[in-house]
Amino acid sequence: MPSHDVLVIGAGLAGQRAALAAAEDGASVGILSKVHPVRSHSNAAQGGINAALNPEDSWESHAYDTVKGSDYLGDQDAIEIMCKEAPNEILTLEHLGVTFHRNEEGRLGTRAFGGASAARTYYVADITGQAILHVLYEQLMRHDEVYRYEEFFTTTLVLDDDGHVAGCVARQMRDGTMELFAAKTVILAAGGNGQIYNPTTNALICTGDGIAMAYRIGGPLMDMEMIQYHPTTLAGNGLLITEGARGEGAHLYNAQGERFMENYAPNKLELASRDVVSRAEQTEINEGRGFPDGTVALDITKVPRKRIHEALREIVNVGRDFAGVDITREPIHIKPGNHYTMGGVKTDKDGRTEIPGLYAAGEVACVSVHGGNRLGANSLLDTLVFGRRSGKHAAHHARNHQMPEPPHSHVDDEEAKLRELIGRERNGRRVSEIRTELGRTMDEHVAVFRDEGGLLEAAQTVQRLKEEAKSVAIDDKGNVFNQDLFGAIELGFMLDNAECAIVGALERKESRGAQFRTDYPERNDDEWLKHIDLTLDGDRPNVSYSEVTITQWEPEERKY
Amino acid sequence: MPDYTLKIRRFDPESGRPAYWQEFGVDLPEERSVLDAILRAKDEQDGSLSIRCSCQAAICGSCGVRINGMSRLACNTKLSEAAEDGRNGAIVVEPMGNMPVIKDLIVDMDAVHWKKVQRVVPWLLPEGDPPAREYIVDPESMIDVTQSMACIHCGACVSACLSLEVDPEFIGPAALAKAYRFVGDPRDAHTEDRLLDLAEDPHGIYDCTHCFACVEVCPKDVAPMDQIMRLRRRATADYGIKDQNNGYGHEKAFTDLIEKYGTLSEAQLLPKSYGDGSLIRAQVKPAALKELGAKFPTVIRGLTSGKVSPKTALLHHKLQDQDQIRRIYEEVESKEDRLELNLYIVGESGGEEEGATSEGGQEE
Ligand SMILES: Cc1cc2nc3c(=O)[nH]c(=O)nc-3n(C[C@H](O)[C@H](O)[C@H](O)COP(=O)(O)OP(=O)(O)OC[C@H]3O[C@@H](n4cnc5c(N)ncnc54)[C@H](O)[C@@H]3O)c2cc1C
Ligand code: SF4
Ligand code: SF4
Ligand code: FES
Repeated sequence: MPSHDVLVIGAGLAGQRAALAAAEDGASVGILSKVHPVRSHSNAAQGGINAALNPEDSWESHAYDTVKGSDYLGDQDAIEIMCKEAPNEILTLEHLGVTFHRNEEGRLGTRAFGGASAARTYYVADITGQAILHVLYEQLMRHDEVYRYEEFFTTTLVLDDDGHVAGCVARQMRDGTMELFAAKTVILAAGGNGQIYNPTTNALICTGDGIAMAYRIGGPLMDMEMIQYHPTTLAGNGLLITEGARGEGAHLYNAQGERFMENYAPNKLELASRDVVSRAEQTEINEGRGFPDGTVALDITKVPRKRIHEALREIVNVGRDFAGVDITREPIHIKPGNHYTMGGVKTDKDGRTEIPGLYAAGEVACVSVHGGNRLGANSLLDTLVFGRRSGKHAAHHARNHQMPEPPHSHVDDEEAKLRELIGRERNGRRVSEIRTELGRTMDEHVAVFRDEGGLLEAAQTVQRLKEEAKSVAIDDKGNVFNQDLFGAIELGFMLDNAECAIVGALERKESRGAQFRTDYPERNDDEWLKHIDLTLDGDRPNVSYSEVTITQWEPEERKY
Repeated sequence: MPDYTLKIRRFDPESGRPAYWQEFGVDLPEERSVLDAILRAKDEQDGSLSIRCSCQAAICGSCGVRINGMSRLACNTKLSEAAEDGRNGAIVVEPMGNMPVIKDLIVDMDAVHWKKVQRVVPWLLPEGDPPAREYIVDPESMIDVTQSMACIHCGACVSACLSLEVDPEFIGPAALAKAYRFVGDPRDAHTEDRLLDLAEDPHGIYDCTHCFACVEVCPKDVAPMDQIMRLRRRATADYGIKDQNNGYGHEKAFTDLIEKYGTLSEAQLLPKSYGDGSLIRAQVKPAALKELGAKFPTVIRGLTSGKVSPKTALLHHKLQDQDQIRRIYEEVESKEDRLELNLYIVGESGGEEEGATSEGGQEE
């Protein structure tokens, strides 16, 4: 049985950063991922990463922007930590080899991003996430004391009799063997749940596995209703046009050629917070000022060609390959689309969850530094800062803890479940049908604008889909790369995520950040300046509340 | 909606059956991708059809396959294009080459690609402790190595590389491009060791035959061959590293001869490559002698068949408008430094022509 002081589940930025930090602290580390680490979804982050590193900038300014961006739902102690530690994190990455953009003096150069009062986004062309992910992976290749389990799919977390985490069960995808991992601590870094929406900017692997696994063993989830719609995604397939485009000077127009952001955010215009820009676009579209395909136009042609090639190359390719548009010459049609999971597994500022020994970091977690709305380029920062903190604290925790010896029955149980699934005769729906219906339902009712009627309808649909999922059958009966089987397991995880998002959205009877209730259009600090916690109770989420930590910024009206 | 036929090479290692072909019909709009079609077939017809994929946006590098014989990403290949090149109306999809097949379209990248990446010591090795703040480096140098950083490790070049087919030990295009990422990085303190290592390895930078296949197939315009050529230039020009196969001498002889004659003088190429023009000097080098010896039968055959006469071979004629060629040389040589345009650097005017063609990278 493989056993480690620290077992990291997920090898995106959060997971890899956590693994390196734990290893530096002397822990024996294993890192598991259902895809090869460099295929993790962190590689899709184009725009960059925030840090107040310039002498003229300050962490307080970064923190204030983040608090305001979160619509005051972010925990200010955690936000302070993130913003204070950001400069060091960037420098560490630079020293490890990330090829950050330089200014003329050869120092780190920045670009502007939405919701920020200074240009503090550091970047590598428009492959920032990929560049950082690959450099961290270089370090994993270098440090063979970090044991990599690549293409291992985790199916469940394992607790010991005292309710302390004891490891996990995972299936080696290549040959189908089921393995029990013993671990003194487990760090969940399994990413977000964008795939519960269709369309989404998220990759096919973003199925909320980590969120569901923590939930299933009793870990509370927090603010699951806070789901970000990104203002610039392609209509058909949900592909993202980075906020860097607006940062570099691109404008938004409606079908009548009006630069409509002037009416919604007269100061920050296109660079207001994402929730604000997405709502503005959706309002234009709903009120008939969009294009017939339900979009508005993003015009990048204002940005000089040389600059586009140097800094926005990837979206030139995206425009060309996926929309047939040369963005250097003509505007491209875009709309708001599902993008980011602000909610997740509830943690403290060291990544600790409420289950002893279990940590979470990155998009899977809700610390919460993003509150109701994440600022662009704050997510990579979140993965790195809280990845490192989790790694370090987990390593410490492991030092005072015995290696657990989880009984083999855990694997037997999982194996039996999967065997039953593989052997099932087909008499119900296919996984793909349920998945598509789920995605459409969420995009229709749990999107930029929400109301009770729509949410109740979505809740009903998800209940039905959960029933239907119990009898799905699969075609692949083999052991080698049985992707059909993984698809069915992921479907279960996704349905849990969707259910929690809807319950949270129904519960929060106000409009804050990404949650806009047309039936409760105002923010209501008196009643709702609080987190919504969900804990599994039977087979339904039980609702409770927790305080938002406020240190120095009292809630005020949000204007951009 | 057009109806497309996919002809997919299937392999199930557990069945005991050899690989076989299976056709799937899929209705999808023409602008959708081959990956969309494969996933549609998987979702609706046979869930056991296997392909790695995730981002659907040419970012994660999972979905490398061969489509109508060409190594590429399934997710950025449009159905309409693929159908045009298809055979008998079907879009032919096979697993990538040069790597063992695990199942259907899934190949073992660890056994080949990642092993080779590991071979080039793929991490930054700076000297001493890091500075208090960032390393201060030339901004262009960062943009320069970003072209190699753009590699998504999809394996398309590995699949297409002709040298790898002949010599499986060849380090290969993607790993060598990765090596350039460190050699070109001014923060790395082991440039010379790295170059020496890659030059002395018989499967290293001189094992590439310049066939362009990797440049052609790379979906991210990394142009691995260009990175290999840069490694060679740095090795020889900056560090005087001796090239086992004499590639740099060959390249220099090649360009010198074109400068002089406008066309290639085959008879002078070999002596010049080794001896910088002097037949005597060339001949004292054992490698040159060996190669001359090896070429001898070819030379004789040429002479006896009348294709080459001793006179034309030795007194190579000049092109009529040789002046123009001279001018190109003067233009290039008058530039300060080695001007290395790349994917992320286009000329000041921002026109497509510069930059775009110089490294053979960018399309349209
Ligand atoms: C298109 C796009 C652009 C973005 N741009 C930016 C940006 O410019 N700036 C910014 O700050 N943020 C950006 N973001 C957000 C940011 O990229 C993500 O939030 C962040 O990368 C998440 O990192 P992570 O490490 O938490 O998870 P991921 O990178 O998603 O990694 C999850 C890992 O978990 C593993 N995993 C999941 N389930 C299992 C399982 N069951 N078993 C084993 N392993 C499992 C996966 O294999 C993977 O390795 C962007 C997001 C998208 C979608
Ligand atoms: S140019 Fe060289 S590296 Fe590229 S495919 Fe041809 S032989 Fe391989
Ligand atoms: S160099 Fe290009 S083709 Fe080769 S692995 Fe990298 S991205 Fe793929
Ligand atoms: S699916 Fe990611 S590159 Fe094709």
